[in-house]
Amino acid sequence: MVIEDLVEIAEKERAGGKKTIIRCCMAASCMSSRSEAVKAGLEKAVKDAGLSDQVEVRGVGCMRLCCQGPLVGVEPGNILYQKVEPEDAASLVASTQGAPTDVERGDPEQPFFKKQLSIVLSNSGVVDPERIESYIGADGYKALHSVLFEMTPKELIDHIIASGLRGRGGAGYPTGLKWATVAKTPSAQKYVVCNGDEGDPGAFMDRSVLESDPHSVLEGMAIAGYAVGANQGFIYVRAEYPLAIKRLQIAIRQARQIGLIGSGIFESPFHFTVDIRIGAGAYVCGEETALMASIEGKRGTPRPRPPFPAESGLWNSPTLINNVETFANIAPIVRKGADWYASIGTAKSKGTKVFALAGKIENTGLIEVPMGTTLRQIVEEMGGGAPGGASIKAVQTGGPSGGCIPANELDTPVDYESLTRLGSIMGSGGMIVMDESTRMPEVARYFMEFCMDESCGKCIPCRAGTAQMHHLLDRIVKRQGTARDLATLEELCDMVARTSLCGLGQNAPNPVRSTLRYFRNEYLALLAPGSNGQLAREEQTANSH
Amino acid sequence: MRAEGLDHQVYCRSRPVNTETTTPWDKTAVAALTPLQASDKRYKILEAHIKKYQGRQDALIEVLHKAQELFGFLEDSLLLFVGSRLKLPPSRVYGVATFYHYFKLKPQGAHTCVVCLGTACYVRGSDRVLAAIEQSAGIKSGETTEDKQLSLMTARCIGACSIAPAVVYDGVIHPKQDPESALAQLKGWLPHGN
Repeated sequence: MVIEDLVEIAEKERAGGKKTIIRCCMAASCMSSRSEAVKAGLEKAVKDAGLSDQVEVRGVGCMRLCCQGPLVGVEPGNILYQKVEPEDAASLVASTQGAPTDVERGDPEQPFFKKQLSIVLSNSGVVDPERIESYIGADGYKALHSVLFEMTPKELIDHIIASGLRGRGGAGYPTGLKWATVAKTPSAQKYVVCNGDEGDPGAFMDRSVLESDPHSVLEGMAIAGYAVGANQGFIYVRAEYPLAIKRLQIAIRQARQIGLIGSGIFESPFHFTVDIRIGAGAYVCGEETALMASIEGKRGTPRPRPPFPAESGLWNSPTLINNVETFANIAPIVRKGADWYASIGTAKSKGTKVFALAGKIENTGLIEVPMGTTLRQIVEEMGGGAPGGASIKAVQTGGPSGGCIPANELDTPVDYESLTRLGSIMGSGGMIVMDESTRMPEVARYFMEFCMDESCGKCIPCRAGTAQMHHLLDRIVKRQGTARDLATLEELCDMVARTSLCGLGQNAPNPVRSTLRYFRNEYLALLAPGSNGQLAREEQTANSH
Repeated sequence: MRAEGLDHQVYCRSRPVNTETTTPWDKTAVAALTPLQASDKRYKILEAHIKKYQGRQDALIEVLHKAQELFGFLEDSLLLFVGSRLKLPPSRVYGVATFYHYFKLKPQGAHTCVVCLGTACYVRGSDRVLAAIEQSAGIKSGETTEDKQLSLMTARCIGACSIAPAVVYDGVIHPKQDPESALAQLKGWLPHGN
């Protein structure tokens, strides 16, 4: 494979395009609403109508408005059909030839789509994730070629630093700096790890990216490998995502076959291989040191840092760990330039962020917006508010490590610092909307139960603390708690956050703290009747803070 | 165009030797399969799978995945077998098998039903779906009905949040479930024809 071969594949792919393209969503959500049958029906209808030379039926990745699935798009004309049934196939195919159809139309001009800015998701819903040619046709692997032949690793790292990209796994550490640390640690063996252990409930961005555009992640990893001097990559994916695993396996096989992964990529001295490691259902494995233990075939328990993985990671070698979405950002940054990327977003948070919208909201699905977009724009304009005109009470971000942001703070722009200031975190991008019917102490108990179950048990504050906090929350929810229980709970929150070994324990109190901060009255109303005297004192103390 | 070799060739490239202390393993235990195991084809497949990873100890989780896929669950003799082939102590194999939720140490029912309790499913009422199933099947989450027809499980989040509440019946995700649709789906899998 040399650049001419790549260009040839891309041109062939583009030239081979038929007049009409019917895109059928083949991501997990739509597939659960029978989109496979829809696609088969469309293919048959095209054949029956004798339109095989004019109409292409293409299985594509996530088309984002998952709640209206299965989704089908028709080009030219930018037509969107929603809730398509397999029986609609013939009518839909006939419509491409001008016939009228009564298949339900979606509005591609609605704010849900119009306010999005696609970088990570630019291929999602457009290219066929199971054909590498489709990705190459969309300028795929061009960035890998240009870094191998036009940039030194140092220039590449400076480029990523200049772009201002920060880790999309949630913590927001500057990606370029992390790369630089791994690059300058001397070692004969280094690794690149892609963290696809998307465990936060309510988050499905990484699943969608892996299902819709696996090659963008592979290309990002290979570029990272070149930058830091690693020749082995691992993608750690949850076992709960069988479709993502399948698409990745196909992608790796295809890339290997044509020499875009393996030894001597583009006939350069650089070689890079990627293996998939499948998780086995442990939330804590999203923590980087636990993830590495799991890749090594051990129990996924974290260890203290330092040493950071950048210095001593997998098998004690320097290891670069980035999130799926971070890697998916790399190729576009290389192709379009660091300045372009840095021009999007806010002063400290550059680029875009993918969010998974779910919960009590009209439009559930996947969105990608520039950093700095306000929560109100996302939830009310794009998401269409709560169903049935109910009012939104809070938005939960960051999963069990995050917090609940109350409705009166919805004008906050989405960036790492603003969300932290509100007592939540950016997290990986799950955004769950709660309406008036959601009771906050129950939500806190729900997340605490999650953390209690998922605590690995290695350090005592997390193992015992989460269990105690859950017990107290359970008492409060069942109206058996006293003001004293509440005080103990807050004390424990502080202790567990300060003394736990890893992020799981350190952040486990966040949902409790943020709901106490904004919805304290709900807790007070639940305290057992007998503790009224204490209640008054409790309120007094609360006010004095 | 380049055709790379098989998976295992990639696996063995430039990986450091496992530095973990290898437990001196009783040679006789490694030697042969028991007659019962030898007559079971699945052990042969599993052995071939272990060979693919060249017996690498860090492949333990991959091997357990395969073992569970072949046998349905991981019984003690199977864990001992995996341990002997990877030259790992039983404590390590058992430790890993019990750490990860995905591995099952007890036989499962003929059908499985996994109710997602992720946040999006939760705020949209998956707890009611679970309660209805539990009541109707007479088992709690994590249990199997007495007639071994149905295993009921819960998931932390299956990433199907946009179509919440989601339930997975025999590996197939079903969107937007409520107690009625869930019980209709389970009809025939439950005792008393409920």
